[in-house]
Parts: sequence; C-alpha cells; structure tokens
Amino acid sequence: MSFSPTSAPLISLRGVRKSFGHLEVLRGIDMDIRKGEVVAIIGPSGSGKSTILRTINGLTPINEGSIRVGDIEVSDPKLDKVKLRHRVGMVFQQYNLFPHRTVLQNVAMAPIQVLKERREQVEERARRLLAEMRLPDKADAYPGELSGGQQQRVAIARALCMEPEVILFDEVTAALDPEMVKEVLAAVRKVAEGGVTCILVTHEMGFAREAADHIYFTDRGVIVEHAAPQVFFTEASDPRTKEFLSKVL
Amino acid sequence: MTASQALANVVEWMPFILRGFGLNILMSVLAILIGTALGTFLGLGQLSRLRLVGAPSRLATQLFRNAPWLVLLFYCIFLMPYQVNIGGMSIVLPSWLRATIGFSFPVAANFSEIVRGAVNSVPHGQWEAAEALGYSRRATLFRIVLPQCISRMIPPWMNLYALLLTATPLSMIVGVEEALGRTQAAVQAQANSAMLIPMYLALLAMFFFYTWPINRLSRTLEGRFGTK
Repeated sequence: MSFSPTSAPLISLRGVRKSFGHLEVLRGIDMDIRKGEVVAIIGPSGSGKSTILRTINGLTPINEGSIRVGDIEVSDPKLDKVKLRHRVGMVFQQYNLFPHRTVLQNVAMAPIQVLKERREQVEERARRLLAEMRLPDKADAYPGELSGGQQQRVAIARALCMEPEVILFDEVTAALDPEMVKEVLAAVRKVAEGGVTCILVTHEMGFAREAADHIYFTDRGVIVEHAAPQVFFTEASDPRTKEFLSKVL
Repeated sequence: MTASQALANVVEWMPFILRGFGLNILMSVLAILIGTALGTFLGLGQLSRLRLVGAPSRLATQLFRNAPWLVLLFYCIFLMPYQVNIGGMSIVLPSWLRATIGFSFPVAANFSEIVRGAVNSVPHGQWEAAEALGYSRRATLFRIVLPQCISRMIPPWMNLYALLLTATPLSMIVGVEEALGRTQAAVQAQANSAMLIPMYLALLAMFFFYTWPINRLSRTLEGRFGTK
C-alpha cells in the first residue's frame, strides 16, 4: 500500500483511444499508477481490459491520447522498444513459452540476447527466480513436459528475469484448471511483494479484493469506476458495476 | 523367349541404364539444393512486410508453382546459352545441367510455400511473447519462429524431393541421356518387342526402390514431429 498522492505516477494514460476497424474498443482511458502498486482491471468480456494492458507496453498501438511509462512516451514514433520492454514485462493467458527451448533457456534468453547481459550472471538469476517460483528442479525440462500452472510460473520467471519495474498480467489464470489457479496467484502475490508494480486483468474477484491496491472497472471501452477494493466491492455506485458484481460475486 | 532369358537380358542392360539413373539422381540432388536455397529466400520474402520484397516473392512463387514443369524445362533448355563466357573462359553448359536449373524453379516455388506455411503455423502468441521481451521482428523470426519450423518443414521437403526425382525423366524429351532415355535405347537395340515390358518394369523398380524409402521416412518423421 504505497498510495501517496504526492509522488508522480510511474504510468499514466491520458485520453487513450483505440479502434479495430469500425469497432472502438477504448474510448478515452485515463489511469495513473504509482510505483509498487498492484492494480486490478476487471469488467465484462470485450470491455477493453486486455487492450489497455497491451497498449501500455506498445503491443497494441493507440489511435489517440498518450501513454507514459516513467520517462518513456509509449506512443512516440521514435520509441526505443527495447528500453520499454526492459521496463515493462508481460505474462499471457496462454503462457506462450518457447517450446523448443528448455525452461532455463526460456527464462534467460531475452536478457542475454536482447539486453546483452552476461550469460553466467543471467543464468544464475534465472535459477534463483525458478527457485522462487518453486520450480528449482525444472530448469532442464521443456515447456511441453510441465503442467499449465508450472508453465505459467515459468512465464512469470521469464518476465521477472528482464528485471522490469512493471509486469502486466493478462488473465494469467484463465486457461488453468482450478487446482492450479492457487499456485499461480501465490506466484503473482510474491512478485507484488517484491516491489514490482503489477497491473492485472483478472476474473479472480477474491484475489483482486485481497491483493490489489486499486480496482478499475471497465465497460464498453471506458473506465466506469475506480476505487480501493474495500470500497469498490461494498459501496459500488454505478449501476453497471452493481450489475457486474451481482453476476460474479 | 523364356522368363530366365528375359531376366538375363535385363541384367545385361542394367549397368547401362543404372548409369543413366545416376544422372537422374545427380540432377535431383542439385535441383533440390538450388531450389531449397532459392525457395528459402522466396519464402522469407513472401513473409516480408515490405511490399517491394513481398509482392515480387509472392508473384514468383505463384508463377513457378502453377506452371507445368515441362514448360519450365523447355524454357531453360532453349533460352539458356549453350556456353557462357566468364573472363575469357568459355564454360559449356551441358543439357543435363540446363535441365537441372529448369527443375530448380518449380522446386524453389514449392519450397517457398513450405517455408511460408511452416512459419504461419507457429501460433501468434509466440510472436507476441517475443515482442514483449524486446525481440525485433527479424530476431523473432530467426531465433524463435524458424527453429520451431525446421522440424515441420522436413517431411514436406522430403516429399518434394521424391516428387522431383520422379519428374527428372521429363528431361529425356529435351535430349538428356537419363534412365528413361537409356531404357528406350536399350529396348530398341534388342529389337525384341517381348523385352518392352520387363525393361520398363526394371526401370519402374529402380525409381520405386529409391523413392519409396524416402516417402516412408518422411511419414515416420511426420508422426514423430506430431504435424500433418
């Protein structure tokens, strides 16, 4: 809980708009996220939650507005993409591990190949992260040999190995069997406790309530409500929020 | 004529025909090498986001893939010079070499499609994950996508080679002394119509026993790589 209104936000979105063809998925998004915060974005399917995440690390270019991460202007055409992706990591719903590489290589390859860091140093860090993700004996396994929950924890270690300030979690438990959801959420919590700023798109309301500092509720491309979880889940004011909560809680 | 006499005749002519078959193998090996190299560039070219690279690559691929092999062969045989002068040296291009180049074009076009198909069969999430880790498009292609593709490309590549080998007797029409041409010559030399069937049967067997193991191996690999 590092909410201090005086410090400048690490990430800020202003009037962000995005259309896919004729479909406008983001219709003016404003967000401010401070360093070390855990932010959960929730809302009905197709409300633009994942698109918000993907605009923050530049995977989805925006049509209007501005996004700033630290001193990086994301929509700048001369954007240094490596610098942005060094600062902002991402974990996907489908894990997206590289199947032809071992777990250790998956975790270590980008810092070595993209950031040009020393191999021994990166591999040592990768092994430590795998141990933290409770996968110390899986370094030489291939992703295909692991369960979904294990693969997702490798994906989290892979994001952490870039030593980012922010990690974007895009419905990271949505593809998992119920018994594996817990272990992955525990891993996400560990990341948050380590001081990394976390932005999650999630359907796990219990987790959002208990782990997040802020909840953003999106519907049809706009942020309908933004509050601390204890306020959000008990005193939601907007009828759309109420309707959504009545369905999911 | 008894069966044993016919067999003796076949055996007698076998070395003559096998030397021709050697040329079929030589042409097919050279054409697959040239075609694979050329097809790799064409295939990666087709995937390029630059219109200046993508459009010509797609055009060349479609052109050579949809043209009859024999027509391409005629073009190469009759349009290519019989000899080329490089720095005062004149190098004669024998007809079998010109035919080989003729075979390389359809092979390149077909391999180009194999490359494009294999790259497109890699899930989009792989590109996204790599992009999120800071890899450029080119680095993603060479470090992450292509290494996953190679195993997927081997079975169709082997099928393409088998197809190419069975197409090499076309070069007989333009005067290359390969196995089919030599079989025909051997049949004529024996001046015995009863030898027609055994001689061509021997030729078929030759192609079959060379090509069949390749197709078997390709199917085994397909099963092992779990692709169709």
